[in-house]
Amino acid sequence: MTKSPHPNPLPAGEGVRQNDWPLWEVFLRSKQGLEHKHCGSLHATDAQQALQMARDVYTRRQEGVSIWVVPSNTITASEPDDKPAFFEPMADKIYRHPTFYEIPDEVGHM
Amino acid sequence: MAALATPVTAPLDYLLHLADNALVLGQRNAEWCGNGPVLEEDIALANMSLDLIGQARMLYQHAAAVAGDDATEDSLAYFRDAAAFRNYTLLELPHSSEATGSEESALDYASTITRNFFYSALMLLLWEALQTSTDPQLAAIAGKSLKEVRYHFRHSRDWLVRLGDGSAESHARSQSAVSHLMPYTQEYWAQAAINHIASSETAAGMATLQTRWDDLVNDALEEAGLQRPCVMAKPAHGKNGQHSEHLAPLLAEMQSLARAHPQARW
Repeated sequence: MTKSPHPNPLPAGEGVRQNDWPLWEVFLRSKQGLEHKHCGSLHATDAQQALQMARDVYTRRQEGVSIWVVPSNTITASEPDDKPAFFEPMADKIYRHPTFYEIPDEVGHM
Repeated sequence: MAALATPVTAPLDYLLHLADNALVLGQRNAEWCGNGPVLEEDIALANMSLDLIGQARMLYQHAAAVAGDDATEDSLAYFRDAAAFRNYTLLELPHSSEATGSEESALDYASTITRNFFYSALMLLLWEALQTSTDPQLAAIAGKSLKEVRYHFRHSRDWLVRLGDGSAESHARSQSAVSHLMPYTQEYWAQAAINHIASSETAAGMATLQTRWDDLVNDALEEAGLQRPCVMAKPAHGKNGQHSEHLAPLLAEMQSLARAHPQARW
């Protein structure tokens, strides 16, 4: 293993291991977009720091004009095991897609 | 009459002073690239280095136009030696304080943050004042740089408070950095030709900025639980071209490529 040219600036100890920092989900609204979209996650000690870090990590190429950060542990997610019960019943209800309607010519492209 | 008058430009030495400050600190902080304490800070410091190098470029371009002859932004950045640089000594020092050793390769984050805080607090005030400079080009550069330095100030102040008010280790390191670096900030206010220029070019003289700088610094140190040392040391003289032993190696690394391949393009 190659040794880092610099000694570790923050030796492992109280409050310096980033794995101990809570995880945050980052949402960005782009200049054109109306809604915030999930773009990734990061570790930070609190919400304000998460916001600043999100600015540095996720908006370097002008991706956003607004940032939300949300503690990852406050998100309740569906379980992969629920997939058959949750989503498969929709597979045979193609009439819910508006593909069977005749669109009058005057409406043009939709 | 006024429309036909030659546009006022700031003195060359003053433009170089501002440009050298930005370039030297930008280069110093770039040493964190790939070595940041956490990934997000690694990126944040690289972002801020690029802001500083961008400011240096605008200032060197303007300075090159003022200097005339064959001067370019590259000739000013890469083909002047240490004695010609007009940056504050504070900005060329390695990322270490007495407590963490003065080893050139050591990277102490508390020292980095403290220096960034001392410098961004100054530039927050100076760029603001320079927006009304009689040199329209410099005023425009100040306007753009002010937005960037507002973030640099916020970032460094935020971390200074976290470190000062953090663990025993982070408190000790940040106190050590404050004690080590504070004497170098005396150079901001020490009399030199550059300070007279600054006073004539800006709406507020450096003396007015000093009071406001003290307020910004004292406020943050108090919040961080850090002590401001009594500064009695002799001021540094980087802005007059008298530098510490740390500038030449920094420049050597930064300038070697351009000097080895003077006509290189990319």
